[in-house]
Amino acid sequence: MNLDATMPDTGVIFGLAGILVFGIGLFGALSLRDSLRRVLALKLCGVGASFILIVAAWRGPGLAADPVPHALVITGIVVMVSATAVALALIRRIHSLENGRDD
Amino acid sequence: MIDVLIIFDLVLALAIIAIAAGVLVLRDAFAMIVCFVVFGLLSALAWVRLAAPDVALAEAAIGTGVTGALLLKTLAHLRGRTLSAPLRMDGPVLANASLCALATLAGIGALLATPIGGPGLEGLVAQNLLASGVEHPVTAVLLNYRAFDTLMEVVVLLVAIIAVWSVERGVTRAPAPVMGEVYAGFARLILPAAVIVGVYLLWVGAIAPGGAFQGGAVLAAIGLILLITRAYTPLPAHRGAARIAFVIGTALFAAVALFVAQGGRATFEYPAAYAKSLILIIEAVVTISIAATLAALFHGREPVAVTVREARA
Amino acid sequence: MIIFELVAALAIMAGAGFFIAGTVGLVRFPDTFCRLHALTKADGLGLALICLGAALLAGSAGEIARLVLIWLLVALSAATCAHLVARHARADGQAHREDTSQRETRR
Repeated sequence: MNLDATMPDTGVIFGLAGILVFGIGLFGALSLRDSLRRVLALKLCGVGASFILIVAAWRGPGLAADPVPHALVITGIVVMVSATAVALALIRRIHSLENGRDD
Repeated sequence: MIDVLIIFDLVLALAIIAIAAGVLVLRDAFAMIVCFVVFGLLSALAWVRLAAPDVALAEAAIGTGVTGALLLKTLAHLRGRTLSAPLRMDGPVLANASLCALATLAGIGALLATPIGGPGLEGLVAQNLLASGVEHPVTAVLLNYRAFDTLMEVVVLLVAIIAVWSVERGVTRAPAPVMGEVYAGFARLILPAAVIVGVYLLWVGAIAPGGAFQGGAVLAAIGLILLITRAYTPLPAHRGAARIAFVIGTALFAAVALFVAQGGRATFEYPAAYAKSLILIIEAVVTISIAATLAALFHGREPVAVTVREARA
Repeated sequence: MIIFELVAALAIMAGAGFFIAGTVGLVRFPDTFCRLHALTKADGLGLALICLGAALLAGSAGEIARLVLIWLLVALSAATCAHLVARHARADGQAHREDTSQRETRR
């Protein structure tokens, strides 16, 4: 695929979007105080990284993409939902303990 | 000539970035979660544009659907808690912001310097697709070439449910949400349809986008509807069956790996004649495990015996 | 068939127009109930028109059946969601605006 440098390309557009989303998520994860929002910021980082992998697998309009990064991202999505579920369980538990209703 | 779809891509990318920022700055926690769900769906749309329909399905079903349900459940649990004050631009935050901006710039530089569309592994995958037992390359990678990754992924789900059951203890005493007759009717209509869609996604994974994870997420949604409508209440007596459902995917996956490794083959080197059947059996059982685990992650607490005092309370 | 493509394009454009109208209503209308009204009615019609357009362009009966299924499932869940939101808003005690109040619906 020859990339015309003057014309924006679907891969470049979404690659840049992925990196920006990753940067936004990184800033949020480092700076925010609220735990629920920090979990979401980390998830933004994860989705940004997925964007970059999928752009790396892209081969141009109408062409079949590389399936190996796709499989990696699907694995990553499932791992991310597992990690999120554990983080949210910890948040709920901390909230219960702080509010004295450890039921 | 500018392609019209490039304009669509640009607008979509700008919307994704703006909504990602919205997740961090919106004051209302419910609006924040809605924003995150919209972000996930728009990302899935972008991935369809990048020729990744499998990933888009998985993101829409698991990364957005199940995660959104988990977030809303947590928000309901935290009801009454106010979100912390908005970001103050003091020294450490500014330092963080500038460092993140530097990292982002470095990433942009790296992306623009990387040749896009270089040859990857798709040639190798296509060459060996006939021997894999399935016709869809992503499923071939997930369940044949890189089956170790997928086995570990199922193990991660298992670890997650063990962690959630250990962290959250006791019985749930949250009042049951009253959903009304319309929702009950909706559930009656949608449950059989969801079963068919889930099994269809699992079956079609051999030849087209779909597969165990997408099908498992749709089946998990059935569990979520049953839990929300209180048509099914997890009881302590059900823990044995639940544990079997959580473990059976990992167990069968590992058993197949060990079994095929006997005859001088590598661990996941399925005999060519049985490859399709083995992959389908693994996928079906792993789907059951994924669905059960995701629904249990939504429910959260391990159902334990209620003491008399608690039952009266 | 050029006539099919023309009708399909018109249906999809009209559907997109209804979606835009629904979104404008969502942003501009004063209370939850009015917004739901705009959203469910306009988006329901928009979705139906877009599905119709896509079905006219579809290549096989299977694709058309899947589009009809998508339309049915989304219409069903949208209606249920709107009902749940309205129910929650009423239980929450959100008032109708005076000029849009429908007292006969209150118990």
